[in-house]
Amino acid sequence: MRPFTKHTGLAAPLDLANIDTDMIIPKQFLKSIKRTGFGKNLFDELRYEDEGQPDQSCEGRPLRHDFVLNQSRYAGASVLLARQNFGCGSSREHAPWALDDYGFRSIIAPSFADIFYNNCFKNGLLPIVLDAEDVDQLFAEVDAQEGAQIDVDLENQTVTSPSGAKFEFSVDQFRKHCLLNGLDDIGLTLQQEESIRRYEDKRMNAAPWLFLSREQ
Amino acid sequence: MAGKTLYDKLWDDHLVQQRDDGSALIYIDLQLLHEVTSPQAFEGLRLAGRKPWRISASLATPDHNVPTTKHERISGVDGIEDPVSKIQVTTLDENCNEFGITEFNMKDIRQGIVHVVGPEQGATLPGMTVVCGDSHTSTHGAFGALAHGIGTSEVEHVLATQCLVQKKSRNMLVRVDGELSPWVSAKDVVLAIIGAIGTAGGTGYAIEFGGTGIQSLSMEGRMTVCNMAIEAGARVGLIAVDDTTIEYVKNRPYAPKGEHWDMAVAAWQDLVSDKDAQFDEVVVIKSEDIKPQVTWGTSPEMVIAIDEAIPRAEDQVDPVKKEGYARAWKYMGLEGKTTLADVTLDRVFIGSCTNSRIEDLRIAAQVVKGRKVASSLKQAIVVPGSGLVKAQAEKEGLHEIFEAAGLEWREPGCSMCLAMNADKLGNGEHCASTSNRNFEGRQGFGGRTHLVSPAMAAAAAIAGHFVDVSEFVKH
Repeated sequence: MRPFTKHTGLAAPLDLANIDTDMIIPKQFLKSIKRTGFGKNLFDELRYEDEGQPDQSCEGRPLRHDFVLNQSRYAGASVLLARQNFGCGSSREHAPWALDDYGFRSIIAPSFADIFYNNCFKNGLLPIVLDAEDVDQLFAEVDAQEGAQIDVDLENQTVTSPSGAKFEFSVDQFRKHCLLNGLDDIGLTLQQEESIRRYEDKRMNAAPWLFLSREQ
Repeated sequence: MAGKTLYDKLWDDHLVQQRDDGSALIYIDLQLLHEVTSPQAFEGLRLAGRKPWRISASLATPDHNVPTTKHERISGVDGIEDPVSKIQVTTLDENCNEFGITEFNMKDIRQGIVHVVGPEQGATLPGMTVVCGDSHTSTHGAFGALAHGIGTSEVEHVLATQCLVQKKSRNMLVRVDGELSPWVSAKDVVLAIIGAIGTAGGTGYAIEFGGTGIQSLSMEGRMTVCNMAIEAGARVGLIAVDDTTIEYVKNRPYAPKGEHWDMAVAAWQDLVSDKDAQFDEVVVIKSEDIKPQVTWGTSPEMVIAIDEAIPRAEDQVDPVKKEGYARAWKYMGLEGKTTLADVTLDRVFIGSCTNSRIEDLRIAAQVVKGRKVASSLKQAIVVPGSGLVKAQAEKEGLHEIFEAAGLEWREPGCSMCLAMNADKLGNGEHCASTSNRNFEGRQGFGGRTHLVSPAMAAAAAIAGHFVDVSEFVKH
């Protein structure tokens, strides 16, 4: 996994609460068997006037000009400012894949849905929870100044606003460690093979019916 | 020391390793797999040269984008007309073959929606941990199992290690007290709960549903309730094990037998929250206050009782809510309407992992029997949750009742719940749907979803608009 240490980038404000994963990446694009290529369909229904199809080129599709990512001042944004309960709904990891593929490295919101939050960490994408007032301030600053950049520092767990205001955020130490070092979760867990085997032995005694082989 | 909640017990029983930072490695007893969220996980295994840790802990079936029409289904996977869907279903077949995982493929009568199939086969058992790359995995919590949805990276992680890195959630109890009114179903209960606590009300919590209103539900009703825990933000929904649970599991194909059964039943008696257990949050809802529910907006929390007026944006105090309501009103095309009876319906969908089990079909059939679907409707479809549900319904003659009333009787799958196959809404169309999400575009680009119970959907199909089913059946 690509590590995340520090990132400074153009921020785009998506001023809508309860953005669900169907909005982030609509279902027709989930038919892909790959992890890449979802960026052009990120927020497809918010971004384009028409209904997008998998494998279709997005060049020339009619844009919804009021949508934040269609405004030229936010082209190339890599930090997404969002509102409460971002990523609710379906567990589709295609949502963080699409955000990542589009170029986002971090999402800042007052709250996230649990599964989405979890999925971000598996993909080198850093979701940051800040107090609603702090998020309000970031929205205001980004809106006020074209080209405003936000600085995200995972090591020190801080977000720095365009005007220099610093906000601290919390993150699980294990997740932080994995993200800073770009560590493969599975490899780490497999280092605990003995513990897993020991658990299985104990459990097999207590609940043998859980370990029966399945007849086809 | 205070007693343990059911969630605490399940967590402790599956703890492989506790880490200092609060995260933990927990063991997974069952992983359900489907075609949409598994291909990248299998590919990851292949790239890393890894094998599944324990193949007997996985069970697969295609569901999300299988077609539901007879002509497409007759030749199995070869009959899928959408080439992209076909690749995904074929990929699941190939991966299961390659790794030796049991799969109920499209030609198997046991194929169906994972969350219908797991319990139906007795693959889901009390006391288990169950995961699936699908947020509605919370369904299996109805069995006193710790069950939740995961992303594809975690699907791969579970395949490779049989474990998950997790952080323990907090405990919430939602107690539903008292007897439910006639024609008020499990779906109305859970929609009312979501209306009360909101779509983020359960975020960070495992919700245990309890109280006499929950205990009186059948296993299928309990599955409906737990299924939608995620729509209240909680990855995990739980219901304590009782005789209803054990009766349901008994004699299912994968349920333990003989000596194992006796051992299991003895162990399952403990799968209840201790009397002195402490919950971080308790919500109490009175059954008598719950009427048939209908969602009016684009989030499951935008829900009202059938006799209520649609809430207006201008009456909201909270600015975020005000804006959300205004957007939902516009998207749903509610201008000029006062109640949901004023909405003319285009389609009706009875199905999904929330409401496609035999009891759901029975009650819908009871409502439409001897009646005709409103001529204003473009379509009404009934999609059973599995091949076995379909067979049972046909044995009871329910398909004939549906067809005589003008509803289409389909093959099993997720269908119009998320419209990954050909079953979808047109732009601007209103649908009475027994599914679980009314998000913008969920059932089709520009589609307008109203979530209801099977009985309410059936009554709406006949009337052409929403009606209170408890009144409707009197006429």
